[in-house]
Formats: sequence, structure tokens, C-alpha cells
Amino acid sequence: MTALTAQVAEPAPPPPDAHAPRRRGVELTLLAGAVLISVLGHLYVGLATTGRIPAGSARYAGGLAGAALLAHLAVRLRAPYADPVVLPIAVLLNGLGLVLIQRLDATTPAHLTADDQLLWSAFGAALFVVAVVLLRDHRTLQRYAYLSVAAALVLMLVPVFFPAVNGAHIWIRFAGLSFQPGEFAKILLAVFFASYLAANRTALALTGRRLFWRLRLLPGRVLGPILAIWLLSVGVLVLERDLGTSLLFFGLFVIMLFTATGRIGWIAIGLVLAGLGAYAVGTLEPHVNSRVDDWLNPFASIDRGEGPGQLAQSLFSFGAGGLLGAGLGHGQSFLIGFAAKSDFVLATAGEELGLVGLTAILLLYGLLVSRGFRTGLALRDPFGRLLATGLASIVALQVFVIAGGVTGLIPLTGMAMPFLAQGGSSVVTNWIIVALLVRLSDSARRPEPQESAA
Amino acid sequence: MIRYIRWCAYFCALLLVALLVNIGRVQVWEAAAYGANPANKRPAIARYAEPRGDVLVDDRPVTGSRDSGQVLRFERTYANGPLYAPVTGYSSQTYGTSFVERAEDAVLSGTDPGLSAFPLWYELSRGRPGGGNAATTIRAAMQRAAYTGLAGKRGAVAALEPATGKILALVSSPSYDPGTLSGTGPRAEAAWARLNADPAKPMLNRALRETYPPGSTFKIVTAAAALDSGTVTDVDAPTETPDPYPLPGTSTLLPNAGTGCQDASMADAVQWSCNTVMAKIGVRVGLRGMVEAARRFGFNEDGLRVPSWVSRSNFDTDMSQDQLALSSIGQFNTKATPLQMAMVAAAVANGGELKAPYLVDRTTQDDGSPVRRGAPRSLGRAMTPATALRLQELMVKVVDNGTGRNAAVPGLVVGGKTGTAQHGVGNAGTPYAWFIAWAKAEGTGLPGVAVAVVVEDASAVRGDISGNGAAAPIARAVIRAALPVPDPGPAAPAPDPAEGPAAARGPARPQGPARPQDPARPQDPAPARGEVPAPAAPVPEAGPGGGPR
Repeated sequence: MTALTAQVAEPAPPPPDAHAPRRRGVELTLLAGAVLISVLGHLYVGLATTGRIPAGSARYAGGLAGAALLAHLAVRLRAPYADPVVLPIAVLLNGLGLVLIQRLDATTPAHLTADDQLLWSAFGAALFVVAVVLLRDHRTLQRYAYLSVAAALVLMLVPVFFPAVNGAHIWIRFAGLSFQPGEFAKILLAVFFASYLAANRTALALTGRRLFWRLRLLPGRVLGPILAIWLLSVGVLVLERDLGTSLLFFGLFVIMLFTATGRIGWIAIGLVLAGLGAYAVGTLEPHVNSRVDDWLNPFASIDRGEGPGQLAQSLFSFGAGGLLGAGLGHGQSFLIGFAAKSDFVLATAGEELGLVGLTAILLLYGLLVSRGFRTGLALRDPFGRLLATGLASIVALQVFVIAGGVTGLIPLTGMAMPFLAQGGSSVVTNWIIVALLVRLSDSARRPEPQESAA
Repeated sequence: MIRYIRWCAYFCALLLVALLVNIGRVQVWEAAAYGANPANKRPAIARYAEPRGDVLVDDRPVTGSRDSGQVLRFERTYANGPLYAPVTGYSSQTYGTSFVERAEDAVLSGTDPGLSAFPLWYELSRGRPGGGNAATTIRAAMQRAAYTGLAGKRGAVAALEPATGKILALVSSPSYDPGTLSGTGPRAEAAWARLNADPAKPMLNRALRETYPPGSTFKIVTAAAALDSGTVTDVDAPTETPDPYPLPGTSTLLPNAGTGCQDASMADAVQWSCNTVMAKIGVRVGLRGMVEAARRFGFNEDGLRVPSWVSRSNFDTDMSQDQLALSSIGQFNTKATPLQMAMVAAAVANGGELKAPYLVDRTTQDDGSPVRRGAPRSLGRAMTPATALRLQELMVKVVDNGTGRNAAVPGLVVGGKTGTAQHGVGNAGTPYAWFIAWAKAEGTGLPGVAVAVVVEDASAVRGDISGNGAAAPIARAVIRAALPVPDPGPAAPAPDPAEGPAAARGPARPQGPARPQDPARPQDPAPARGEVPAPAAPVPEAGPGGGPR
């Protein structure tokens, strides 16, 4: 009780230094490094797979450098105090993703995707610029909470009416383009959660009947709507058999609720319920059931004489990479099969860049996530804090779920590795997340107006 | 809220640590187990990602690689598959490797650490150097001569360089094209099934892996044992042997195929292949002496590698006197590979010292720089030099004026020994025709070449089968391919287009630079000169119970 009151009464963090450095030069230097690494990787893949510099090198290098430069200019002009690390990490991850897809294209000449991915990345970067330029203050978003949640639900419901792809109703195929609306829904949902919880967090934290010990029943009047929306979204996802995203939404909901209320008992109850639900789905739903079986015994299909399954092939890939990797273009991750570029793109990174390269990539994500949390800590408004926390958690959970899945840590759920995996909606969504993080970090680091005027 | 954001951050950090620990487990701890999983195709893909190194004969590749465009990219090709199959073996993506392809697999596939000056670099970079080459000791002209000589018949030829043990020819007939087994898929599987079901056993390497009763060729071992043990001191002294000879302790009579063997000396017995005399000499030497002599020649040795393993040649170590008598003329349980009998001839030619036979002269990197070099190695002394000299004289008589005159080559000193081995239950099988020989240029002490030839189904007509008729002409052709003869025939014959200049590129012989006459050429018909044994001569070779023809 005392802890909770103290929490609510907590003073705002000290205002940032009046002479807070903008660090735009640092960002530009890091961006140059990120583009350079990506372009070198691109050239290396070309030399390793075909023995010559790939034909699209100029387009790749130009596109990446141009996008990075435009994004940097947008930040420099409209978010000058933004965290200088966020944008370079996004550019580097996106560049590496393009390199990996280009490398996997070399083994699937009938199904080239690198150019599409480059186009989607450019589109994502453009949206980044638009978002940074148009969204002057993140608090504007608070106003659109209910619009957001309505849009999110519509986006998630629409794919139900489209045919399933690989067992999941999560795509909209339209005019030759495929599109995963659930990707966008997660941002909208994060905005809604942040807005709703910021508005109601005092009621959530302080009211409610005491059950036993420190566990309090949250007031239904406040909790009801948000719980209903969360249940609805998870229900829809289960209907669509998109387990990865429902897991993500569950985690997002729990983390944001916890951040807003500090009620750890509810987290525990949520986890128990989620565990029960996952167990029920895992036993009853054959699509999920087989994935759990795969996770428990990835080599069962080999023993049955059916050859290695996807997960076994993925583990073979990681194992083949070892400490230093086979080198870009020298791995055999194409053995994984059709999902090598999407769900299993990390296996190519593991095989060709090794434990060292994979650790570096995961640390990049870790750095990105930590910058999100830092922004949340530095911000002064509850909405901004919750939104930054939510966005950082989305990235963290997504990386954990997919990376844990392909390395056999947890059962595999179809999800896209942020920026690395092939998939347009995913890349665009992640660019928007980065745009929001840049906007939030600009607010967090911006000096107080009267001080900067002084 | 600050506190809870921190907790969330710690939670995410925990997730990151879990991921990192797990990838460490997968990529380091489990990596070896994953790599060794038989369902993991990576080792096979890496193995076939580069063209395999070549097997060389006379410094020319007899193998090649073909880019199949498949996941297992490079497949083996064979330039002259059936001819060299007993040497190269096969290298199949489905069925593995055999013979030199197997013995030198590390070099050929590029995994041998000797292929790189900096093995550690390849270890680190996970690359592998290009496949190296294995240069064999085979000489193309001799191989072709032996193969052509055997054409259409079942049999085998092994030829050695007596002074070094280099295997100069290794032929098994009928043969097969190892290239048909190279790839994956139904074609290789069908070829494998067909070759394994073939009653002629084309994949059997008869020169190394099949043992035959050596018949009368084994009499050389018996003679060496007799001379070395002092049982026979004067090869020309009569032996007081009855004809037929009653096997000791039995009432069975051992006949000779021809006449003139009664009381014959050992020299005559070798020259005319008298069963009675040599059986009796073997009994006089005794079991221990005979076993010891056979062992010195390489019988009863399991570990012979050339570098492929060679079947054990057998001389029983526990026998009754009558069995010993039969064994001394290469019957009963005595069995020998053609290579073993070539070793017997080579030991005689080399003054009694037996050299370990070997097939790979050297392995090199793909740029030709050496990896390893095969070196002559002694297997010890099979007989004293004096005995060897004595046996050389006896064997020369066999060819000059004995049972082996079909092997004579004018201008060369050729020593030989015929053999016709009974086999099968009640001798029902068609006899095996044997001939072992060695040759050198006249007026030189250097031993040139030693050959063993066995022909399984020499002729449909049982009575016509003899070492001299079926096997000696092949040995002669191989000898002619091995040693340059001051050829009275058409000078400097045109190079055989099939062999090209390679035949002339063989290692320089001590006898001079002249090119050996190609045995495959039509002017050199295999049964030479129409020489037939003199009518007075006893018809050689008959095993126990063979009875008069």
C-alpha cells in the first residue's frame, strides 16, 4: 500500500539538461556505418554466391543510403533531440535483412523477393519520414484512442474473410499484394492501451476490493472495457490461428497493465490463465499441437524416417554456423524450405554469421528495446511512458517469440523477425514503431521550453 | 511507474539472456551433434560442393567431375571406367567409395590436412582446399594390355615392379563402369542393383579380393622352401619319386598330367610341372617349413593394404601329410589372390626380398605440389638370394623350354610358372588357368616386372585349359607393355590413339627409352608365335584325382 502511494506520488524525473546535446552528428556517423556494413554485406553475398558484384548493387546502396539520409534529415529538422541510436539500428537491421533475403534469393531463383523487400523498406522509411514530420507531439495520439482500437479490430477481423495461407487466416491478398493487417493492429492497440491506461491508471491502481494478502480485484467498471477488447483481439487471432500475434497481444496487455498499475499478482494470474489457455489450444488445435510436438522433439520426424522437419533443419543451420559462421553466402540454410526467408530468416543469420554475428544482431535488438525503455523512463507524461514501454515491449516480445521459436527455446509460432524477415507489412510496421520511438525520445530529451528560450 | 518500467526492462533483458544462452547451447554445445546427425545434409553438400580431385595413371587423370547442378553438386566421371575400376573403385554419392577412391578419399575430397599449408586457416574460415590428386603406380599400357588380354573372360591380372613393390597393372574381368554409380537417384540405384545381381560379379576385384587355388604356381613357394631348408641341395639330382605318387598315409595316388616325371629332379619338376615330385618335396620339407615359407611370401597375412585391403591368402597351418602334399602343389585349402602370386614372382625376381605392394605413388595438391609420397617398403626376405637365383634359373627354363613357352619374349629374360588349378566339389568346376612370371632385359641384373594372371573360364573345353594356353599369352602381353624390347618388328609403332602419348611418358626404365610395344595392336596377336609344347614334353598340371586326360 505504501509502495503504491509512493509510486503515484513519485516526483517527475529531473528535467533534462538545458544544454542537452542533440547528437545529430553522432546519428549521421552511425547511419553511415550502418549503410556501409549493409552495402559491404550485399557485395559480399553477391561475390560469394555468383562470383561477381550483383546487378542491383547501385539500387540497393542508393536506396538504403537515400532512405537513411532522408530519415536523418526528417529527424534533424523535426525531432532534433531524438535518441541518436534508434534510427541507425533500424537502418542497420533493415539493411542486414535485405542482405539475408538477397542471399536466400540466390538459392530460390524462381522466387525472388529482395526487390519487393527493398520497395517495402523504402515505403516504410517514407512512412517514417511522414510520421516524424506530421506528428509534432506524441500526445496527439491520445485523442485517437478509440479510433485506434476500432481500426485495430477491423484490421484484425478482415482476414477472416480471406483464404488461409499455410494454415493461418492472417493475410489479405489483394491485387497481387499480400498484406498482414495484424501487424498494424499491434501499434494501434498499443496506442489504445497506453491512452486508456494513462487515463484510468489511478482508478486501476488504487481501487478495488481486497481479495487476500496484497491481491486486489481490479474494479470491473474500469478494467472491463480493456479486458473485453483484449479478449476480443486474442479471440479473433485464435480464430485466425495466428498464435504468435495472440501471444504478443497477451504479453503487451499484461506488460502495459503491469506498468500502469504495478499489480504483480494480476500478472501472475494472467500468466496462469494464459498457460492454461495455451495448454488447451496446444492439445486441441492440431496446427498448434504439431508445433508443440516439434518443439518437444524436433528430430522425431527423422526417427520416423520422414527426414528432418523445419525446426530440425533450423537447428542444423544454427549448429552448422557454430561460433564464427560459414560466411555470408556459404551456408545451406535453404534446406529449411519455404519459410527460410520469413519465419526462419534468423537461421540464415545464425549459419552464415555464426554465434558471434547472431549475438550482435540480438544485441542490436536489445539496444533498440533498451532505448525504448529509457525513453519511457525519461518521459514525463503517463501516456508517453506507457506508449514507449509498449512499443519497446512489442519489439522485445516479437524478437523473443520468433528467435526462441527457431532456436528451440519455446514452441514455434509464426511471427516476423522485426526488419530481418521478408514481409512488407512487417517492415512498414516496424518503421512506424521506430518513428514513434524517435518522436517519443525527442520529447523525452527535449529541454523545457522556457529553459531553451533562456 | 518508473519502477515498473524498469522491471519491464529487466524482464526483457532476462528474455535476451535466455535467447543468448540458448543460441550458445545450439551453436556451440549441440553443434557437433547436429552436424553428425545423419539427416543433416550439410556434410554431403560440402563434400560434393567442389570438384573431386583426380586419380592419375601415368600422370593423366582417369577420373573427372561433372557439375550436376543438384544440391550434391559434383558427380564423379570415369574416362575409362571398366579398365581402371579395380584401381579407382567407385565414388558414389549414394553408395560411398571403394579402393583408391576410398583409401585416398581425404585427399581427393579435400579434407586432408596435408592439402593446406595452413590447416588452421581452413579450420577457422570453414573453407576447404580444392581436392588433391592421387597418382597411382599403374602404367596405362600394361593395364590396357592385361585388360585386352582378358577381354571376354573371367579373370584377373596383377603386375608388380619387383624392386619397389609398385603395382603396375591391376585388372579384373569382367569389369564395370563405376561412373554409373556416381550420382543419386534411380539411375544409380538401378545400376547398383544390376551390378550386384550380375552372376559374373563385375564389381568383385578379383586381383585383390578373390582367392583362387594357385595350383602349380605354388610350386615356386615349395621349391623355395625346399632350397632354403636344405631339403633339396642339388636341384638337378633325381628325387626318387614314383609316378603316380601315393599320398602319405593314404592309398590315394597322385598322378601327373603327363609322362617323364618319375624320379625327376626338382629342376625338371618345375620345368615340366611334376605334381608328384613337388608334393613329395613339400612333405619332406615338412609342415612347419612349408608354413614358414608360405608366410614369408605373404600367405596367412591379414593386414596387407595397397592401400585398399587385400584378401588373405591361405596356406593351412594344421594338416596331415597327405593334405600337406596336396597343399604343396597349390591344392587342398591353399588359396591365393592374384596379387599374392605376383608377389611370389616378384620376390624371386628381386633376389628374394619381398617388397610391400602399393598402388598410390604420391598424392598432390591440385597444383601438383606433393602431399605424401608412397615409398617402397620391405616385407622381409622370402628366400635367400642364392635360392632366388636358383629359382630364377628354373623359371627361365619353364619359359625357354618348358610348360610356359607362350610367355617367351625375344630379347627379354622371362621366367615363369604355369598352373592349372582344380576346384569345385569333386573338381566339378572349370579349372583356373594360372601363369606367374617375371621379366627383365637381357644382360641386366635389375628385375623389371612380375606378373600373375588367372583366367577363370579359360575355355569351354575342359581339356584345353592350361596356364600356358590361356594365361601365359596375357602375361606375355603385359611384359611386352612393361619392358622395351629391341623390337625386330615394325619400328616405332604409331601411338595408340586411345592412350596417346601417355604410354610413352611412363617412368624411364633402366633398359632405355624405347617405347614398349603396345600389346593391343593387331600385329601382336595374344597367343604368340604358335609355339606349342614339344610333343615329347609331359602335359602339365593335374590336381589330385584329376586323372589322366
